[in-house]
Amino acid sequence: MANTAHAHAAAAQGETRRDFLLHSTIAVGAVGTAMMVWPLIHSMNPAADTLALATSEFSIAGIAEGSGITVVWRGKPVFVRHRTAAEIEQAKKDDTADLRDPMTDAKRAQKPEYLILVGVCTHLGCIPLGMKPSEPRGEYGGWFCPCHGSHYDTSGRIRKGPAPLNLAVPPYQYINDTTVRVG
Amino acid sequence: MSTEKSRLMKAWEWHEQRLPIGSFLDHSLGSKYPAPKNLNYWWNFGSLALFMLVTMIITGVFLAMNYTAHVTLAFNSVERIMRDVNNGWLIRYMHSNGASFFFIVVYIHIFRGLYYGSYKPPREVLWWMGVVIYLLMMATAFMGYVLPWGQMSFWGATVITNLFSAIPGVGDAIVTLLWGGFSVDNPTLNRFFALHYLLPFVIVGVVFIHIWALHVPGSNNPLGIDAAPADKIPFFPYYVAKDVFGLGVFLMVYFAVVFWAPNMMGDPLNYVPANPMVTPPHIVPEWYYLPFYAILRAIPDKLLGVVAMFGSILILFVLPWLDRHPVRSASFRPIFRIFFWIFLANGLMLGWCGAQLAEGLPLILSRIGTFWYFFHFIVLLPLLSWIETPKPLPASISQPVLSPAE
Repeated sequence: MANTAHAHAAAAQGETRRDFLLHSTIAVGAVGTAMMVWPLIHSMNPAADTLALATSEFSIAGIAEGSGITVVWRGKPVFVRHRTAAEIEQAKKDDTADLRDPMTDAKRAQKPEYLILVGVCTHLGCIPLGMKPSEPRGEYGGWFCPCHGSHYDTSGRIRKGPAPLNLAVPPYQYINDTTVRVG
Repeated sequence: MSTEKSRLMKAWEWHEQRLPIGSFLDHSLGSKYPAPKNLNYWWNFGSLALFMLVTMIITGVFLAMNYTAHVTLAFNSVERIMRDVNNGWLIRYMHSNGASFFFIVVYIHIFRGLYYGSYKPPREVLWWMGVVIYLLMMATAFMGYVLPWGQMSFWGATVITNLFSAIPGVGDAIVTLLWGGFSVDNPTLNRFFALHYLLPFVIVGVVFIHIWALHVPGSNNPLGIDAAPADKIPFFPYYVAKDVFGLGVFLMVYFAVVFWAPNMMGDPLNYVPANPMVTPPHIVPEWYYLPFYAILRAIPDKLLGVVAMFGSILILFVLPWLDRHPVRSASFRPIFRIFFWIFLANGLMLGWCGAQLAEGLPLILSRIGTFWYFFHFIVLLPLLSWIETPKPLPASISQPVLSPAE
């Protein structure tokens, strides 16, 4: 108690050595705590084995015009649609339409015939319908998300509903004419 | 016999001097806690909520002994609990329906507080702790619902975790952190199980603070006036007896559902194993989230929808400063009382809307309901605290009974 009283009296006279010790102790403690907290939080990020599954390869040879396939990449569906000439034409025509997330069709498909998209609605992560012939494709002929009613066009661009962004184009490359690697 | 008894008493006193746990309990919920003598049956729901919390923890611990938190095993381990584990069906149905009944009890407890002004000075911090408990309950229930790894578990988890992607800039990084991957998957299930086991004990801690904060001013009462010491009776035996009677009635309803309608409040789709490649056509959260889900879908913008949904709960924190009317109880506020019932009806309507597809009439109603929800808090309550003339308050709890002419 006496020491504390002495320290307070000293601080009042402008002597700040104890203040310095106090503040530097708190600072070191705070930095030390933060250095321990980060490894814990970062342990919740994707682990090495999860990251190792980050690419998928598939063949596009058997996809008939007007239909598509769904492949799995990083635990998510990837839509591969073999578009008809009319769909490509419509997508190019809509480049100049009033788009919420403007992007030209040419930038969204390396080869216009094959549109490759992450099949996850950009609203809250449902899988849009439109890959099977029996499913609705929405008002713009692309995909329709049943959860909260987002409509995507033949280029996978958001046209109507609550989703803020177009269906994402994953990083991909053509390994040869009929094989694609995503990721 | 008498010597034996006095030895036992001596041993108890010896222990009390070293750890006064008996005295602590007596002051907390016993004969040393004076409570207003006019508490009605709406005041039963605090102790019922505590009972449900304990029930959920006990049944949950026994479920955890037979549950496996892995995507390939979780669904089957729950089915094994239902079919093979001795009394597993009883423990699981008590737990799954217990969540619903916990929320029923807590919603009544909250609306009791709203009606009788229990959030007003000097009980603001008590109210805050209640809102914190409510938020923790929602998080715990959400993660618990994911554990059986059915279709609704998976897609509920996907939609709810994606809410955080609406945060500008860091949203996607936060969602990846929550998932521990690129979609809801095994790491997500594992951490949800760990947190689902942890959070109930955090709730116990906050409940402790909630009851502590209750004991500083003491219980509110149906008249909403400060109770004089002469108007109080000891919690034990009076309110313990009343609470136990209420508990008996409550248990009849709870177990009637557990035994005869255990899947009434559940979604049949959750008996279909999770399939990350197929979204069910109509994702519905559990009933206790429905009003907030309706608010989320009422707004056609992702970020604003999420902000409105979280805001609709967080606004409860500032309620004591939105409603500044000096009279607590709605019994003496005729205008407020009307709007209280409209607010309750509006909440039920939003709940109905949340269970429908977001189009047509339900969408229009949820927009009206969302508007009214915030209008009630932001405009009506401040306005009423300014203009409403209350009915005359009694001078004490006893006064209207002893001398009604005054």
